[in-house]
Amino acid sequence: MTYATGPGAFLIPLGMAAAAGLMGSIAVMRRMALASDALSHIALPGIAIALLVHVNPFLGGLIALVLGTVLVWAIEYRSRIPTDVVVGVIFSAALAMGSLLASGDELIEALFGAPNTSDSFNLIGLGAASLVIVFIVRYRSQLVIRLVSPDLARPAGINVPRLDLLYLLAFALTIALGLRYLGVLLMGSLIIIPAATAMRLGTNLRTMQTISVAIAMLATLSGMLLAPVLCLAAGPLVIVIAASIFFLSLAVRRA
Amino acid sequence: MLTRFENRPHALDVIGVSVAFGEVCVIDNVSFHVDVGSTLAIVGRNGSGKTVLLKALIGAVRASGTIRWAPETRIGYVPQKLDIQRDLPLTGRDFLNAKADVARAPATDAQRVAGLVNLSQSIVDQPIGTLSGGQFQRLLLAFALVGTPSVLLFDEPTAGVDEPEEKSVYALIHQLQQNEGLSVLVISHDMTQVQASADHILFLSHHGSYFGKTADMLNSERLQELHGPTVAHLRE
Repeated sequence: MTYATGPGAFLIPLGMAAAAGLMGSIAVMRRMALASDALSHIALPGIAIALLVHVNPFLGGLIALVLGTVLVWAIEYRSRIPTDVVVGVIFSAALAMGSLLASGDELIEALFGAPNTSDSFNLIGLGAASLVIVFIVRYRSQLVIRLVSPDLARPAGINVPRLDLLYLLAFALTIALGLRYLGVLLMGSLIIIPAATAMRLGTNLRTMQTISVAIAMLATLSGMLLAPVLCLAAGPLVIVIAASIFFLSLAVRRA
Repeated sequence: MLTRFENRPHALDVIGVSVAFGEVCVIDNVSFHVDVGSTLAIVGRNGSGKTVLLKALIGAVRASGTIRWAPETRIGYVPQKLDIQRDLPLTGRDFLNAKADVARAPATDAQRVAGLVNLSQSIVDQPIGTLSGGQFQRLLLAFALVGTPSVLLFDEPTAGVDEPEEKSVYALIHQLQQNEGLSVLVISHDMTQVQASADHILFLSHHGSYFGKTADMLNSERLQELHGPTVAHLRE
């Protein structure tokens, strides 16, 4: 087992964690926690195909996530089937296809991540994390009104279908960012667990989002630092730390 | 004799609007208009399509026919009771600031509208899921008022609030209309309020729709035949 070393190796995971914390804050308020977790599995067939044709798996996962996301959005708006139902069906299909196409170590790596991987996508990863953060900050007000009620959003001049598509695409990008470090199975958890903790502790939007980002970054940093010391895989350790913070938060009485 | 709105321009023209969900026609060929600064009450029994009509007017439901808002119309919409998660970490201030940001209104607008609807700063700083029914309705009204709308749409603005609060909300709407010169469309089952505040009535039913001045509608023999109890209530 190899581990990330040097200050530069932490930059992208921390950027990914910040993006995950912000994205999750909106997802949990929209009651998309389970759909979020399932959505990350859509990357699997893309990763499998990329491995088969010897292309960067991150790229394969990203393409599958973008296509899957657009499909989820289109089915939802055409058929009026709720997002979680559409995501549930596409998730199952993607998981089955991915399992058929990939095998052995490659599949394990895709499911749980490989933090030691180093490639030319570092700069793109940092750019993508920045893009997600800018999206949430730029569209925060629209997203807040949309999550309270789409019926309030439309008269306020918000293009709800367009906003939903952009949000899902930003969501897909956030998941793609974490695929290398946490894998398909765990990335959804880094989006949801810190935000779920922050939802318990925060009493307004600003504190909730700050707490969510802080927990995601803290869990990621401490997981990556502790993994070599404990001889454990970094990805699962990051999620165990995030989940531990969540359970600790249950002891805190909300103001 | 001219009524007080006879020569006013229209804030809204609706011509031959229909809405269907699959094979089911919910609204069939409805026409009416709203004069600038006037109040239109939309009445009818449950399932007659009142809420669907309002949603068609704000573009949330696809409709055929013509819906023409006056140029530069800014719409404020107060929906029927919303189900909000109790533990949502959003305060009234977050909610109003978000609307001010989207409407490109000054940052001070949130405070201004909270004052207009008599919401104290301590209530505005509470999470919206913890507000009482009446407080939340006032917050929704404040939300609609951010960005100085020219038209307000209310879908049963007092659903789920107690009687004293109901009177207070209607008084507030009336006061805002007088002070700000707003055009108002309101769905209501409260016929006393309709009679007291509406300049025109749009009556929706499965037999057709009827639009006219409040006094004329009350005297309509045809309406009395079709909707006796409701119209009788209005006449009382």
